[in-house]
Amino acid sequence: MSVPLLQAEDVLVQFPAPGQAPIRAVDRVSFSVAANETFGVIGESGSGKSTLGRALVCLNRPDAGRILHDGADPFALTGRAFRAHRRNYQIIFQDPNAALNPRMTILDSVCEPLEILGEATAAARRDRARAMMDRVGLSGSYAGRYPHELSGGQKQRVNIARALTVRPKLMVCDEVVAALDVSIQAEVLNLLAELQGEFGLTFVFITHDLGVVSHVSDRIAVMYLGKIVELGPAARVRHAPLHPYTEALLSAEPSALPAAMRTRERIVLHGEIPSPADPPSGCRFRTRCRFAEPRCAVDAPAFREVQPGHFAACHFVDQLTLQGPAS
Amino acid sequence: MASDTSKQQGRPGPEMGHRPPLLSVRELGVALQTRGGNLQLTQNISFEVGAGERVGIVGESGCGKTVTGLALLRLLPARSMQVSGKILLDGTDLLRLPGRQMRAIRGRQVAMIFQEPMSALDPVFTIGQQIGEAIRAHFPVGAREARERAVDVLDRVGIPLPQRRHDEYPHQLSGGMRQRAMIAIALACQPRLLIADEPTTALDVTIQAQIIELLVKLSSEAGTALLFITHDLGVVAETCERVLTMYAGQVVEDAPVEDVLVRPRHPYTSALMRSLPNLSVPKSVLPSIPGRVPNALAMPAGCRFAPRCAHARPACGRAQDALPVGADHRVRCARFDELELPGTAA
Ligand SMILES: Nc1ncnc2c1ncn2[C@@H]1O[C@H](COP(=O)(O)OP(=O)(O)OP(=O)(O)O)[C@@H](O)[C@H]1O
Ligand SMILES: Nc1ncnc2c1ncn2[C@@H]1O[C@H](COP(=O)(O)OP(=O)(O)O)[C@@H](O)[C@H]1O
Ligand code: SF4
Ligand code: SF4
Ligand SMILES: [Mg+2]
Ligand SMILES: [Mg+2]
Repeated sequence: MSVPLLQAEDVLVQFPAPGQAPIRAVDRVSFSVAANETFGVIGESGSGKSTLGRALVCLNRPDAGRILHDGADPFALTGRAFRAHRRNYQIIFQDPNAALNPRMTILDSVCEPLEILGEATAAARRDRARAMMDRVGLSGSYAGRYPHELSGGQKQRVNIARALTVRPKLMVCDEVVAALDVSIQAEVLNLLAELQGEFGLTFVFITHDLGVVSHVSDRIAVMYLGKIVELGPAARVRHAPLHPYTEALLSAEPSALPAAMRTRERIVLHGEIPSPADPPSGCRFRTRCRFAEPRCAVDAPAFREVQPGHFAACHFVDQLTLQGPAS
Repeated sequence: MASDTSKQQGRPGPEMGHRPPLLSVRELGVALQTRGGNLQLTQNISFEVGAGERVGIVGESGCGKTVTGLALLRLLPARSMQVSGKILLDGTDLLRLPGRQMRAIRGRQVAMIFQEPMSALDPVFTIGQQIGEAIRAHFPVGAREARERAVDVLDRVGIPLPQRRHDEYPHQLSGGMRQRAMIAIALACQPRLLIADEPTTALDVTIQAQIIELLVKLSSEAGTALLFITHDLGVVAETCERVLTMYAGQVVEDAPVEDVLVRPRHPYTSALMRSLPNLSVPKSVLPSIPGRVPNALAMPAGCRFAPRCAHARPACGRAQDALPVGADHRVRCARFDELELPGTAA
């Protein structure tokens, strides 16, 4: 078997918290992503998705464990070699404005990553940037415009073009369609899928939207309080979840189907995600789990392969009968 | 633990179909005054909300949902925005009321909650003080009774330890709890109509499910009508009995939710439904709507949706009136009868 494009081995990322133990935002997670795959990550706010995404592209350094790119640890590289390597691993964010300088023209923004790398001549860089803008559906007339003259969807296209000019292997998309209307969201998702085929891209797709994640992903990881609680093929996770948290997330998704076609009973999760500064003992989900038993407060469940390629961390995974989503 | 938030619990029986309208909006329009002249942001908006009825407003951003909600409460800046038409609450036109009487209605008869609770909550007062203030603005009660009522309403919106939360400041609450606190303020005076503008958009789906369950429960228990503004058709399907689709400053469809999900009559409503990713085969190309909502400066003369509509014909170049489809369904599309448009179930 070939080496996966991306591996996370027992990755821990923590943030210092004054006067208490550090917050373990990502707490010992392991998985791998194959070239050309779309790997979805879902979970509630604060579950550690963005922190994980940033670690995958070397924006956060793991406090323990390793990130491997093509089998090698990028943090073993230094200086220029590190920078040259990182271009292959790009990230785009939810807020289409975040990465765009309001005082730079669209063309200059798209050129900038190439410029930083000092690649090619200025004229060649502009040609590449223009070609990429064209590819993402921004005609030449946008080149001289400024970010405030563009809609959210168009700005997100600029960000995509920007990330793609350096021809990365992997792109982490962190909530990239969350701020967009459904119709525009559909266009951006279609574009990303086309670009994936064309450039052989690998995606790590972070979102809290179950509809989006199940549409784009080959496999889905479900995060809760810094842990991956379930990981498996997208269709399995969506239609035959193994973990009670996944079941609850699926059930919470509002369904636009007529009432007669909504079969399931809604499970409303009570309470909120606990503070990662002081996670529950044993199974982290136990304070909100409808199946919790005394044992769950004592032992942390192992993350294990329950079915081929389908993992979950729950003591009772073999005994529970969980319901799928509404549709 | 498993509970049912579906609409059944608050669904009107047949006898409720003839409720007299609580709110009747007639030809409402909002114009923005600019140096270049008046810009019509919304136009010809007419609809009704029955007592205790839950009505959704959907549409892409910029379609005029928020402007409409704010206009109903006369919360738009009078200096730059001109509101025309009628807003009849129990037959009284709110647009003609003197400011003092309008203030007596705001909060007491009609209340509003927003997407971002932090912008509506005052950071320097405790949650309890803000609820108490709302109550004392409309009822002659003392501090002690105001506190009791405030704690009671905090309890009703599902805030744990309401006695303690009463004395906390907004920043001490999580996003979901702040949204509950804002609902508590809005419901403290038991208004007859609650306008909710994207109240769950910033929340996780799990917390959104809690808030939806809460709003439906409170509305059906207290008979509070709900005008639920959202861009999420799933939220509407799970919350509302009727839905208005807005496009480019107009209501283009007004229909019972169950009917429109099965058979939308306006191409825009149908297109919005079809672009939902969870209704498509995974990895397939998603149906999208080409182009964008036109802005008020460049409004198409005929059907406003025509430049983006897959069904446009030369006849669509005329301005479209709201046409009756049935007794309780109206649509602004001349071709509605000849088109078979897919809903979410297709
Ligand atoms: N720079 C930081 N300093 C301190 N704590 C942080 C920092 N970044 C994230 N955290 C904490 O780490 C945890 C995980 O945060 P993260 O942003 O990764 O969550 P997320 O799953 O992306 O949430 P969301 O859906 O809201 O984007 C949270 O408790 C957060 O408060
Ligand atoms: N305060 C304002 N000043 C000028 N234009 C505004 C203002 N608020 C809204 N608009 C314009 O009115 C139209 C409708 O906006 P809005 O009601 O916020 O839409 P929605 O809530 O449907 O997203 C948009 O074209 C918007 O740009
Ligand atoms: S281990 Fe226990 S608390 Fe955790 S998910 Fe399983 S049943 Fe629920
Ligand atoms: S009137 Fe014509 S252009 Fe407008 S929605 Fe109907 S079919 Fe489309
Ligand atoms: Mg995040
Ligand atoms: Mg709005």
